[in-house]
Amino acid sequence: MALRDVAAHEFPESGPEAGLREPSAKATKGGLARFTGRRLLAAAGTLVWVLLANFFLFRLLPGDPAARYRGVRNIDPAELARIREELSAPMWNQFVGYLKDPLQLSGISSWKGEPVWDLVGGRFWPTIVLLGTSTIIATVVGVWIGIKAGWNRGGRFDKASTGVTLLFYATPEFWLGLILILLFSTGVWIFPGVFPSRGVIDSGLDPLSIAGIQSIAFHTVLPATALAVVYLAEYSLIMRASMVDELGQDYLTTARAKGLMDRLVRRRHAVPNASLPTITLIFLNLGFVIGGAITVETVFSYPGLGLLTFEAVSQNDLALMQALFLIFSVSILVFNVIADVLIAAIDPRIRV
Amino acid sequence: MSLDEQVSAEPAKVESVRAVSRQRRRASRRRFVAAFSKQRGGVAGVVLLAFFVATALLAPLLFPSDMLDVTRTISNPANAPPSSEFWLGTDENGRSILALLAWGARISLTVGISASIITMIIGTLVGIGSGHFGGWFGALLERLTDWFLVLPFIPLVIVLASVLNSRGVWVMVAVLGVTSWPGTARLVRAQTLSVEGRPYLERAKVLGDSNWQQMTRHVLPNVMPLVLANTTLTVAIVILSETTLGFLGLGDPFTDSWGTMLDRASASGAASTGAWWYLLPPGFCVILVVLAFTLIGRALEVVLNPRLGER
Repeated sequence: MALRDVAAHEFPESGPEAGLREPSAKATKGGLARFTGRRLLAAAGTLVWVLLANFFLFRLLPGDPAARYRGVRNIDPAELARIREELSAPMWNQFVGYLKDPLQLSGISSWKGEPVWDLVGGRFWPTIVLLGTSTIIATVVGVWIGIKAGWNRGGRFDKASTGVTLLFYATPEFWLGLILILLFSTGVWIFPGVFPSRGVIDSGLDPLSIAGIQSIAFHTVLPATALAVVYLAEYSLIMRASMVDELGQDYLTTARAKGLMDRLVRRRHAVPNASLPTITLIFLNLGFVIGGAITVETVFSYPGLGLLTFEAVSQNDLALMQALFLIFSVSILVFNVIADVLIAAIDPRIRV
Repeated sequence: MSLDEQVSAEPAKVESVRAVSRQRRRASRRRFVAAFSKQRGGVAGVVLLAFFVATALLAPLLFPSDMLDVTRTISNPANAPPSSEFWLGTDENGRSILALLAWGARISLTVGISASIITMIIGTLVGIGSGHFGGWFGALLERLTDWFLVLPFIPLVIVLASVLNSRGVWVMVAVLGVTSWPGTARLVRAQTLSVEGRPYLERAKVLGDSNWQQMTRHVLPNVMPLVLANTTLTVAIVILSETTLGFLGLGDPFTDSWGTMLDRASASGAASTGAWWYLLPPGFCVILVVLAFTLIGRALEVVLNPRLGER
């Protein structure tokens, strides 16, 4: 999905004169501040939409929402009465109540009977660890492959790596996860089954102790690989394409003409210019990777927000789904803004 | 030349104009085929796709549907590795994996292509609309695109699938179709804006073409090639999403798609018991079909967009 999004993202304002616009004198620090301000204003508008969608999407569900709470154990009867009353109020009153508390801080999970945000809080850090690790691997390896392949376009490395990355791009990440379990956790044929296939840490270990960190790292290897491989493919394809775009540019000829080594021409001149679309893609993806995390965390029973989403769906827990949907939308929104501002900071032409 | 001759010459001339345009169209089609057949990846994609389309069409003949009926496969060995009777082994109900794969191709291709057509229609309408109309209407459509772009795709699809609360193939098509369009809309909008700046559109405006005529006769034909390339890439993404939904148990429980196969494989512990014949084939099928559409889409982009020609 993101490959396509970035294609649209490359020309955010491609009017007839896009790209010809002179970097004006205003495109200085003040320009960036103004650009950031405008971008934040637009984001605020989008946030309102996200909040509205978050309310109405979950009111579309057929059936009596209060009935979901029947049979929930360990829930305070007074609390239950409050939820029943809230859910049976007219839609308009519910909406007003929602606007007063858009985060639904008082939301109670119909699956566990606990406050929704307590459940979410406990699942936060495994997702950060997983997404952080896989994003770093995907970025470093993907960008490296993209640079090398694009610089020697048509060479042996380019052909081999493009073939492999296209294959990876087509791979469902959860299937890769299952195969990794088969090979490196169960162990078939010559493959050693050494890695754990479930959870994030051995029980009874303190996550902040040395043994705990080792255990987390050990548990994260396979799921992080499954996620990283798929995104690595995207990053290297985009990076390669933008490297190829730069190849014929005059400034590279100039750099060579002044006697710079090929390696330095690439590192100092071509790569910085070619990396803009990839940076955009990586930041846009940070919000979307969560979608991949749902299946990968489910496959590995990795107790993060992705697995929680799966559990919320299979338990039909509306309050939990709503909170997670809000987290995911807001994180996409935040990373979109960061990507736009970062790009504008690097490339003054964008500050329109 | 007499007046009579002129009048009788008129229809002939119209005919010839049509003939010329027909000829041109044929020539450009030939040029397109020639350019496409030079793209090795694209040709490989077409061959791969043809194989899967043939499999999907022939599935009922090759593997009669009662081969998938769990009540009739009880006598077969369950979870059996590949043998001469079952080339790819059997699942936990004793059904042939090969038959399941062939029937799964029907679902993946149907959902992928139908949902992408919905995406193409919505994306093109919104994209051209927001590019062509200035003022509040265009701005509204543009905002709408941006808004839908921030909704997390897979969670949104999951929520919609559980909101609709019925699990059919066409529900899947509808859900994936109405969620995948913002990317297309943005691309079409960008392209529309660049077409709108060209002189022939100014000419059309001066000659008094209506908005509708401008959009359908001038903008649409110029945007269409890009939309087709983009739609081919969308099919790949939709098929991946369909597999994901099937795997998460949100697919149609009465049909066997590659995603639901993987779901059952994982539920029956194929990964921990080493039942590779149950896990590998559905995944390879997904990869190959998605690869086919990706290769075709990339080749189309190169052929239709000269700027990319050298990649």
